[in-house]
Amino acid sequence: MLVTLGVVLVAIFATILAGSRWGDAELTPSLALDLEGGTQVILRPVAEAEGTVTAETIDQAIGVIRQRVDASGVAEAEITSQGGSNIVVALPGRPSEETLDLVRTSAQMEFRPVLVMGAPTPTAETDPAASAAPAPDASAAPAEGDAAEGETTEGETAVQPATDATADPVDPAAADPATSPAAAEEPSDEPATAEPTSPSDIAHYVTPAVQARFDELDCTLPENRTGGAPGAADAAVVTCDQTGTAKFILGPVEIEGSDIDTATSGLRQLPSGATTNEWVVSLEFTSGGTPKFTETTTRLASQAPPLNQFAVVLDALVISAPSVNEVIPNGQAEISGTFTRDSAAALANQLSFGSLPISFTVQSEEQISATLGSEQLRNGLLAGLLGLLLVVVYSLLQYRALGLVTVASLVIAAVLTYGVITLLSWWQGYRLSLPGVAGLIVAIGITADSFIVYFERIRDELRDGRSLGAAVDTGWHRARRTILASDAVNLLAAVVLYFAAVGGVRGFAFTLGLTTLIDLLVVVCFTHPLMVLLSRTRFFSQGHPASGLDPKRLGVDPSKVRYVGRGRVVGGARDGGPTEPAPADGADVAGLSAQPRKQPVAVGAGHQTIAERRAAARAAAAAQDTTDATEDGATGTDAPGTGRPEGSDR
Amino acid sequence: MAAGFAQWGNDLYTGRRSYDIVGKRRRWYAVSAVLLLISVVLLITPGLNPGIEFRGGSEFTVSDVDEVDQGLATRTVQEVAPDEVPRVTTVGGDSLRIQTSQLEQQQVQQVTDALATAFDVPEQQVTSNYIGPAWGRDVSQKALTGLGVFLLFVAAVMTLYFRNWRMAVAALVALAHDLVITVGLYSGVGWEVTPATVIGFLTILGYSLYDTVVVFDKVRENTADTLDQTRFTYAEKANLAVNQTLVRSINTSVVALLPVASILVVGAFILGAGTLRDIALALFVGMVVGTFSSVFIATPFEVTLREREPRIREHTAKVLALRAGTAGPDGDAGEPALTGAQRATGALRPGGHQGQAAQPRRKSR
Repeated sequence: MLVTLGVVLVAIFATILAGSRWGDAELTPSLALDLEGGTQVILRPVAEAEGTVTAETIDQAIGVIRQRVDASGVAEAEITSQGGSNIVVALPGRPSEETLDLVRTSAQMEFRPVLVMGAPTPTAETDPAASAAPAPDASAAPAEGDAAEGETTEGETAVQPATDATADPVDPAAADPATSPAAAEEPSDEPATAEPTSPSDIAHYVTPAVQARFDELDCTLPENRTGGAPGAADAAVVTCDQTGTAKFILGPVEIEGSDIDTATSGLRQLPSGATTNEWVVSLEFTSGGTPKFTETTTRLASQAPPLNQFAVVLDALVISAPSVNEVIPNGQAEISGTFTRDSAAALANQLSFGSLPISFTVQSEEQISATLGSEQLRNGLLAGLLGLLLVVVYSLLQYRALGLVTVASLVIAAVLTYGVITLLSWWQGYRLSLPGVAGLIVAIGITADSFIVYFERIRDELRDGRSLGAAVDTGWHRARRTILASDAVNLLAAVVLYFAAVGGVRGFAFTLGLTTLIDLLVVVCFTHPLMVLLSRTRFFSQGHPASGLDPKRLGVDPSKVRYVGRGRVVGGARDGGPTEPAPADGADVAGLSAQPRKQPVAVGAGHQTIAERRAAARAAAAAQDTTDATEDGATGTDAPGTGRPEGSDR
Repeated sequence: MAAGFAQWGNDLYTGRRSYDIVGKRRRWYAVSAVLLLISVVLLITPGLNPGIEFRGGSEFTVSDVDEVDQGLATRTVQEVAPDEVPRVTTVGGDSLRIQTSQLEQQQVQQVTDALATAFDVPEQQVTSNYIGPAWGRDVSQKALTGLGVFLLFVAAVMTLYFRNWRMAVAALVALAHDLVITVGLYSGVGWEVTPATVIGFLTILGYSLYDTVVVFDKVRENTADTLDQTRFTYAEKANLAVNQTLVRSINTSVVALLPVASILVVGAFILGAGTLRDIALALFVGMVVGTFSSVFIATPFEVTLREREPRIREHTAKVLALRAGTAGPDGDAGEPALTGAQRATGALRPGGHQGQAAQPRRKSR
């Protein structure tokens, strides 16, 4: 047990050291917003959304942002509204780009059918193939648009679905690459047909104006790839691929982000069950979204490329445009793209908690100082140390040398807690706030209680006349139940609150659960084994007055002759060392190592007849009756036989 | 003193000295009823005083200052609104953000003027704004939901563990008692309720249940074979358990209270208002009340519930009848309830002294 604990301790600190040497771990836990300060991001609703900004939408947005931040770790962010329309998000420390993105992006996701797809550069005469010219030959397009991450590659970059005769309604003047894209005349935005036959109906959606915008768009320029508010849901949009390797004309929205039930990230699994190295986000649609998705895939599966692709649009940028080869009836989809582990997790997180009801822009992003002065932390720690010192003094007074066991256990618990918190602030983004520090100080009490319960049990057993070895055994047996039950309650509180609550309560629940687990670990792997070892030493097993386990102080009168079982009776003066009863039950351990000088009245080192044994017992009883008669009431327990009556044993 | 305490512990354990806590439970019920009443009154008339985090408030930003002196900002605000404890933060290196609870329109103007004068900047560089609560309704809502789920779970777990729903009910009653009194006294003191306070209250929730479970575990152990013997009633056995764990309860609460008390003293008298003071007060009150309730409320209440059970009621009647019957020549057995309890720490089972089980055991090696 002690070895287990040693291994755990060494493992934790070796990991931290290795992490700090070769990774980005710190040797101290990172601190939360109130103690360290952090970054403050002020979000302002984008202009076009101005009309829809109400207290309710702001509250919704705050809720979504909080869920996203909470899901990314246990760091406590502070999120408030300001002046009725802005949102102020304060994140501790120097948050990573991914974390900031969680806050900044509105994550409005749409699924739109791909109508036209092309190379990212503006369409010019030199590149007629990528132009939207109604070339009669659909396969003429070279694959230079290779936009094509993920599944889009298989679709080749067909430029123009000219196979359809109705796909030629576009005014040649506007679409002709020969005419300058910046033609002076305004291209018409009137659809050629009155009613679309389907969301993939190019004739209806690709109007000359749309075509002109598409021709002009240059997706290689970063400023065109910033995303923003999504376009009108019922019209075609022109947009870029997230990485700038392709541009698209997309049909109207077919499935919205709100139709997504859950989103998870992971490595792609092949049908054979093997995993690839590619990070994907898996989606599951709601019961409302599944039929829509089935319908869309049914229609797209029968189309020719690129019309068989649908685009996954996030904040007005295409993150992936897979082609549909077959109908997907079960409402499950997988988005691949150029994801890393972090970005896949971030997107899944954003999609799961829904999009922000309105789009925001970042108004300012600044460093802020700690809200609490460093003196608060220093004085808090000082107060904690002072309290700890008082605890040490009190337990030494109460438990004498046993108090040292308490102190040693508390120190081990403190070291473990420090290590685990440091480790978690590296792995999980855990941050220690001042309430967290206070919670840890309070945990001293709950941790120490396990030891107190245990020691009191041992004392109870000693009062019953057991030898120390047996008392430690039996006491542990009984105390373990109590400790496990009460810690289970605390752990339950921690787990439930962690999963149900948000913000500061979550941080608290985490700390509570952590200290409870450490308490269990220390009492099982350190305090108990240590007690077993100590009970074999002469100092403790003979009940030295300073050991805290002096049977005399615990009411076992050494001057009395007591029958201690197996035909042995102890008693007489203290100098004979009678405080250590003969090996009653299970006391052999103590007996062997400490060699107490017993004074067996009845002879025989073990081999006695029943009659001899009874005679010895009678002798002991008689001797005891006389002492009882003279000093009745002066002592606590009678002989062990009555202290814990027969039949109730264990 | 320590020796006396140890002797007292021995006497409590063996039953030589016994406090009739369960027997005189009406007295303790009365004490806690009075405490509860006071707390409820305190909750109504001064009421809780929620801080900026719960209500929102005013925010001032002083930009482009030469020297970011947080103390100066605090003093300036307090000249206008003496009761305020502003939260001052440096933003971006040359600006100060000052948050206070909601001020009157007139006070906002005064603070703006005062800040402009104090930091020697033109008035346009001091902007004021309204900020919403950081701990909004949804956070509280979620915390309450979590609490409800937790209480359901804990009731189920305790019912399973103790094999009796009455212990779970008694533990939850003790918990509610602790929380109401703690929150009531906190509102009586009149300090602002901050997230730290709420976390203190939540800690009390765990502590109170923990403490009660420890005592109940001993009660369960002592009363396991109540129905197999006729010497003691259920109440007496439960009372013995409370007495036997009294030393533990005292030691635990002292050990737990010492650090909290030192934070409270440092927080309240040296640092003044702030996170430490808030959490320490909530914890201190809660721990004292929690220890009180685990000894004086939880077990007596559990006994009250148990005595409604027909089996226990019949058993109690039988024991008392037997005791009255045997009174007389054999003075030992005829003594009233608690004198009987004084002599035994364990249980008596008829025939327990016979047979192999009663023989000294050889430990397997």
